[in-house]
Amino acid sequence: MTAVTTSVTITHPIGLHARPAVKLTKLAKSFAAEIRLRGSPNGEWVDAKSIVKVMGLKLRTGTVLELEAKGEAAAPALAALQSLVERNFDEAAVGS
Amino acid sequence: MKPRSAAEQTYRGKPASPGLAMGALVRLAAQAQTVAETVESASAEKVRLEGAIGQAKGELSALIAANDAMGADILEFQRELLDDSALAEAAFAAIAGGSGAATAWRRALGEQIAAYESADDDYFRARAGDLADLRDRVIAALTGASGATSEEFPEGTILLADDLTPSRFLAMDWQRLGGAALTAGSRASHVAMLARARGVPLLTGLQGEPVGLAEEAVLDAQDGVLVVSPNAGTRALYAKRIAAAQEQHRRAQAALEQPAVTPAGQRIEVMVNVDDPGAVADEILAASDGVGLMRTEFLFIGRPRLPTEDEQHAAYVRILDRLGGKPVVIRTLDVGGDKPLPGVNLAAETNPFLGLRGIRLCLEKPELFRPQVRALLRAGVNRALRVMLPMIATADELTETRQVFAACLAELRAQGMPAELPPLGIMVETPAAAIAIDLLDAAFYSIGSNDLTQYVMAAARDSGGRVAALNDPGHPAVMRLIKHVVAHGQANARPVSLCGDMASDPALLKRLLATGLKRLSVAPAALGRIKLAIAEADPDHG
Repeated sequence: MTAVTTSVTITHPIGLHARPAVKLTKLAKSFAAEIRLRGSPNGEWVDAKSIVKVMGLKLRTGTVLELEAKGEAAAPALAALQSLVERNFDEAAVGS
Repeated sequence: MKPRSAAEQTYRGKPASPGLAMGALVRLAAQAQTVAETVESASAEKVRLEGAIGQAKGELSALIAANDAMGADILEFQRELLDDSALAEAAFAAIAGGSGAATAWRRALGEQIAAYESADDDYFRARAGDLADLRDRVIAALTGASGATSEEFPEGTILLADDLTPSRFLAMDWQRLGGAALTAGSRASHVAMLARARGVPLLTGLQGEPVGLAEEAVLDAQDGVLVVSPNAGTRALYAKRIAAAQEQHRRAQAALEQPAVTPAGQRIEVMVNVDDPGAVADEILAASDGVGLMRTEFLFIGRPRLPTEDEQHAAYVRILDRLGGKPVVIRTLDVGGDKPLPGVNLAAETNPFLGLRGIRLCLEKPELFRPQVRALLRAGVNRALRVMLPMIATADELTETRQVFAACLAELRAQGMPAELPPLGIMVETPAAAIAIDLLDAAFYSIGSNDLTQYVMAAARDSGGRVAALNDPGHPAVMRLIKHVVAHGQANARPVSLCGDMASDPALLKRLLATGLKRLSVAPAALGRIKLAIAEADPDHG
């Protein structure tokens, strides 16, 4: 099974904090694929579905997040996660 | 009367939530830190810990249901942590090695708390408080101690503590308490966020600690001091400041409950924007002139599947009924390729804000749009429903959308279901709609000033520096378009409203009122403030 990878920069001002981490891990859990992420090129890969592990990385704004997924719907899973990060986890004021 | 022996003492701290209070000073005892336990078999200890974690999850779920959106968000973060097997992994390993459940849990959480405390970033350091909260909740479940219960203090009491966990904060009656001073804690903690959201004065990082029993204190969470045993002069000074602050608050509260009228006597309708109806209090809805923009995205995004027609119908009826006959403007789904929808495949776009979004996406995907249209047609029967279409640029889009509504209406009636066509209005957020508003024959217009500004100025507001500065809703290009739309509405007897952040800026508000705009829709939290600003909007200083 080949893995798909992508990377995205965290632009939320306080980084991957509590509410975004809840959103990210919940979204990851909605996919069957195995998804990992890390916050530096030689950093530790952690399970993107574990909020304990994701928060434990203490990822700050400006971090380049690497995402990797394997298995069912791996590509759409990564696209959805990447988009969530790019949208600042929908925390910026909603346009009206 | 017994003379006061204690001299006035002042302690500095960091304001974490602004406000002033004067009252009795009560030191909160720290919650029990040590637990004596007799270790049974490893398997029995494992079952005990699993049971306690399960109980803690149940308690959190109940608290989430009972709290406002912000409290619920914070508690949900804790519940997600508890739900993650990685949290208790080390504890279960220690139990397998012969440890008791409470000792194992305390040690495992202690390590994770220490890891957050050593973070070099305030925000992540503050998460130690959430883990300590979970640690205590599970320990309480293990020892059978009742969790944080509501504690009784005299009216206006100022609490002094090392730190407060979010659970303990949420269990207290802050209507009766004056505020709190913490020797630990930080502005980034969840307790500080809750305090700010509820207007509870809070000082953190208090330097030094009052010893002995002080009877009275002044908490100044504006300037960052706790004055213990204040002398007569200090008390008089703060009594005056507190009275002035209460007066300002009272005026905003009074404005909240009154219809908004300008100094010139013009009645302005002030409605509210609703994202998730569950997060808006009934008092705010009661104080508003209706809902000027109800977004429906919350029903679609972040869900495992799309909402059914019946689920949507129930959600729309609920908000309409909560408003008790006041108008509710529901906007049809407004998303684009940047927001993934469950089960809807969208091609990636290089610029989703200029792509298939809003009404364009809905017209392209009838399977997405039709259940919403049917739900709206059903919800509108005998209710003050208005429906608003986002991202309209051309008259053809309006015509095509009307055809979808007409087809769904005929279908519902053929099925014998009660349905009624609500007035259809449009968001004016594309420059095309604003410039050629005369070509768009809608029942009402609502100017979406955030998007209109972004499209007119070709500048996103989440960009930084030079670009962000261009995203100026007060620029004449934007103001002239607003004026143009308002004038068209007046000449053709079509109501015009504005929903967007610019109404929250008092200077811009005066300019908006000067265009002849008579209806606004604002964030629920801003309602009182904006009504007060309207009452004080002096037209000569616009």
